[in-house]
Amino acid sequence: MNTPTLPEDPQLRDRFNELKPPLAAQAAVIESDRCLNCFDAPCTAACPTHIDVPGFIKRIASGNLRGSALRILDANILGSSCARVCPVNVLCEGACVMHRHNRQPIQIGLLQRHAMDAFYASGETLSTAAVAQRPVRVACIGGGPASLACAAELLRKGAAATIIERRALPGGLNTYGVAEYKLRASDSLREVEMIRRMGVSFRFGVSVDSAAALGALETEFDYIFLGVGLGAMQRLGIPGEDMEGVMNALELISSYKTGRIRELHGTVVVVGAGNTAIDAANAACRLGADTVYLLYRRGESDIPAFEFEYEHAKHEGVQFLWRRQPLSVRSDAHGRLLLDTVQMRLVNNSLLPIPDSQYTIECDLLVPAIGQSPLAQLIQELRGVEVHEGRIVAELATGRTGNARYYAAGDCVNGGREVVDAVAGGRRAALAILKAAEAAHA
Amino acid sequence: MPDISVRNFAGAIHSPNPFWLASAPPTNCGEQIMRAFDAGWGGAVWKTIGEPVTNVSSRYSATDWNGQRIMGFNNIELISDRSVDTNLSEMAEVKKRYPRHAVIASLMVESKRETWHEIVARAEDAGADGLELNFGCPHGMSERGMGSAVGQVPEYTEMITAWVKEKARTPVLVKLTPNISDIRSVARAAKRGGADGLSAINTINSITGIDLDTFVPRPNVDGKSSHGGYCGPAVRPIALNMVQQIMSDPGSNLPLSGIGGIGSWRDAAEFFLLGCGTVQVCTAVMHYGYRIVEDMAEGLENWMRSKGFNTIEDFRGLSLPRVTEWKHLNLNYKIVAHINEQKCIGCDLCHIACWDGAHQCIHLDRVSGPVNGPVEVHTIPAVREAESRASIAVTPVTRKERAAERGPYPTPLERIPRVDETECVGCNLCSLVCPVDQCITMVRVDTGLAPETWDERSRGAACAAEPKP
Repeated sequence: MNTPTLPEDPQLRDRFNELKPPLAAQAAVIESDRCLNCFDAPCTAACPTHIDVPGFIKRIASGNLRGSALRILDANILGSSCARVCPVNVLCEGACVMHRHNRQPIQIGLLQRHAMDAFYASGETLSTAAVAQRPVRVACIGGGPASLACAAELLRKGAAATIIERRALPGGLNTYGVAEYKLRASDSLREVEMIRRMGVSFRFGVSVDSAAALGALETEFDYIFLGVGLGAMQRLGIPGEDMEGVMNALELISSYKTGRIRELHGTVVVVGAGNTAIDAANAACRLGADTVYLLYRRGESDIPAFEFEYEHAKHEGVQFLWRRQPLSVRSDAHGRLLLDTVQMRLVNNSLLPIPDSQYTIECDLLVPAIGQSPLAQLIQELRGVEVHEGRIVAELATGRTGNARYYAAGDCVNGGREVVDAVAGGRRAALAILKAAEAAHA
Repeated sequence: MPDISVRNFAGAIHSPNPFWLASAPPTNCGEQIMRAFDAGWGGAVWKTIGEPVTNVSSRYSATDWNGQRIMGFNNIELISDRSVDTNLSEMAEVKKRYPRHAVIASLMVESKRETWHEIVARAEDAGADGLELNFGCPHGMSERGMGSAVGQVPEYTEMITAWVKEKARTPVLVKLTPNISDIRSVARAAKRGGADGLSAINTINSITGIDLDTFVPRPNVDGKSSHGGYCGPAVRPIALNMVQQIMSDPGSNLPLSGIGGIGSWRDAAEFFLLGCGTVQVCTAVMHYGYRIVEDMAEGLENWMRSKGFNTIEDFRGLSLPRVTEWKHLNLNYKIVAHINEQKCIGCDLCHIACWDGAHQCIHLDRVSGPVNGPVEVHTIPAVREAESRASIAVTPVTRKERAAERGPYPTPLERIPRVDETECVGCNLCSLVCPVDQCITMVRVDTGLAPETWDERSRGAACAAEPKP
């Protein structure tokens, strides 16, 4: 069985043309030659998966592209998607010593993509250790980056792993939730397919939503890894938010990525100013919306999105409405949405509405994007696994939870960071599981 | 403005500046040479004239390094493939139009006295300001008893130089091959033969590389290759050494036209400082064109002005007394590396270079506390790397996490290396690998000892060993 795929959509490709086009072969070599090859390189230290950055870059310079890709995959099985989606400005490239030397950091993300693209073009699959006679069997719940990284690492060390995904497609947010101009769903699926060929098993459309289902897994598997991510997005908590025309940011993103939404018209209002809100607002622009507002209850200097994401949104044409809070949603006689808002101001560190500043925005689509709340439902089924403020409590270094058979990593533990953090956590958990299994056998 | 013109080089050659084109493809024909003079070149040594040859295709190959094209250049082209008549009639035309520029005829004919006499006469009749005897070509021609086949045998060099001097009215330069164990043996022979000057160095025997798909070395001529002559920036240090050897040897030294990897005024100034009176350029022109001479002339003039030199003679050979035998170097001179913390960018290349390639005395212990002493008392680089790989890093997602902490220096203190001066031997390696200008400097340490050379020390020991009367 191959990994499910999505049909090619030229219109989607066209509208979401890549933000950072790949480097041409010679440009990659020239850029690689710029790398100083630092000792104990700060870029490597800054990367949550500790990819040997100078190591893979110097292999590009020497023309050893296969070696370069393997070097990346050694540390990060999702090297291809991380090359595209990592906020490199605050990670490897942010740590590059070139900032203090000739100002422009090495374009590590693009170089990593260069090596990974060559690897995928070759069609090669990573070799794995022979699966042991009585392998450690691990179920990885959730098909996103954390589980993929955990499962792949287990396979590489001779264990057996099965990924259990409730949706039709694997990859989690890599497939459903990352802006298409950063990472195409097809590229995410290509990466998953390589992991499947390594020997990871997949079960799609399977929800683990009852004690019975969990019990069955416990019988079948030695360990259970939780890479379930976050649950539904938080609700705005205002009247009218269940009205037609209100769709949360992740839903909007997954809908256009999978072809369920191909075009938008009129005015779109996104509520929130995190990286996902920006992704959703940019997507609305590219899908054809005439006007896209991003509504944030605080000021410009407070936005949680990365600086470069904010800059990007301005270039895409998103208009920002600062210190504005939604109050309620209504609809007019023609079916358009009426979003009542109020202006806010900061008084002694608390946000207060300014009297008589109500203002109604007419719009066609309202997109709440104010953070994701954990999938508490499933967690409650798990015996001995502590949940704190909606996050699974697990050891950072090992992913070990309060229950010795349960490990966890990724968004469900860290509350929502980057793909690379999920990969690092998943891999650390895999190594910890193997260590625990060895200790149990001994 | 300083005057960089050349007067009476090798007795009687004049040129508006010391920058000549070497005998090579850039001086293949009169049309090229006239354009070169228009661009600012002071002289040109004509592509070697002799019995016309048939060349092969391809002819050149190069060594690239770290993304830079043509660190070294290699050719298997022979002497001129045009007739003697064509070359000489064009030479006459060039001299007529550019009487102030130096036109030197490079010559190579079979080793017969009459043949040499004839070509010398014809070249001088065409108006050549001087002759350069090509005893250096290392490929092809040498198989036919010419070029380096002559230049590698002092007796032949002396004999043919003498033949040429019997006939020549203009200065005779002998171009030396570096493909010999001691270039002075041939330089002395040329001097004995009566040469008025020398040109050095010619190209160095080379195979620049091999195609890893076809296994054929470059340049590929229908599946085979042949050794060629190596030149370009890579050979400059070799040329400088040979120039110094010639100019410091009373039996060899003659007016010298320096050749070998010169591409800028800085390179040229080095050759002048070792005693050359003119320089010849080829590879840099083949790479960038005649236009490079503009900066060579301007740059040299500006440098001379800043140093207070009016003519090239004012500084020619100034560095020769600064080159000596190792045994005359001061053993009590000590320098140690000093790292400028404000300039350090934290690449830590000096640390790993010192540990793996030098004397294990640059450490990353500014935070943990300085430890001086031998290798055993320090954390080795592999352990340090393993520790950082085992550390846990997360993406800073909140504004608070992203706010960078600023220490006293641009680079975090833990990444600024420290030199253990008690162990530093002053080898320079760290300052050579450091990518930042003036970040690592070598600072003199007073040893409190009087200067002493190995020669003095061993003679002193010898004296002490002598029985006292």
